[in-house]
Amino acid sequence: MWHPPRSTHLNTLRERPLSPHLSVYKMTRYTLATSIFNRITGVILSVGLIVLIYWLMAIASGARSYARAQEILSSGLFKLVYAGLLVAFCYHLVAGIRHLVWDTGRGLERAQAKRSAGVVVAVSIALILILGYFLFFAGARAS
Amino acid sequence: MKSLRSPLGRVVGLGAAKEGVHHWWLQRLTSIALVPLAVWFAISILSLPSLDRVTVIAWMAQSWTALLLIVFVLVATYHSQLGVRVVVEDYVHNSGMKTLTLVILTFAHALLAVAGVFAILKVAFGGAA
Repeated sequence: MWHPPRSTHLNTLRERPLSPHLSVYKMTRYTLATSIFNRITGVILSVGLIVLIYWLMAIASGARSYARAQEILSSGLFKLVYAGLLVAFCYHLVAGIRHLVWDTGRGLERAQAKRSAGVVVAVSIALILILGYFLFFAGARAS
Repeated sequence: MKSLRSPLGRVVGLGAAKEGVHHWWLQRLTSIALVPLAVWFAISILSLPSLDRVTVIAWMAQSWTALLLIVFVLVATYHSQLGVRVVVEDYVHNSGMKTLTLVILTFAHALLAVAGVFAILKVAFGGAA
């Protein structure tokens, strides 16, 4: 006897394979590592947007609210947040450019992809060091 | 082999999700825009002499700064919305939970975008001095 489907979604009528099939890959693969790290850093940056908008709203809301925000944003905890956002920003930027190059159809051979993975890691580390120097060490910053 | 797609379906080219490459294409467009915008934003913030209120307002109230900041906030929130949407679609398998998460994230991003633009405009038009 036919039972009406519980969901109207055709895809859920049967147990179909859903992406991503994480368990079938070796987690040590550089291809997987660079890809999943791009996602993780992207999500971190999404959370970072909250910090950015909070800061902008604090500026717009007057001197007292900005003073309060500055107190929060210059705390030791937020130093950690900035370090995380810095790493996420640099990596996501560089890895994103690699994805844009791929979209033109270039660099998709295995050897090329392996080499560009190394380039992405090297360039983002360099970028992290440069921007990190200005963020944490150059001049006495208020926050 | 004869294709199972109808001639109309092939011409419209929208596929099973009924939106074709729309999401993918917007993700690329916002990515391309964000490369210079994000670099500009990072350099601008890091080259401010200090982050006290007077300095930040003087910087934000400049027309080009305000304009680029608005574009940056809009493109970044849109790119973020497109990105987290795919992440939720990939990892949240419960259909009700997935819809609820997507609704919340969409509202949150809309709120962030509007709040950001509002704050920048308020400062730019001298409403925060």
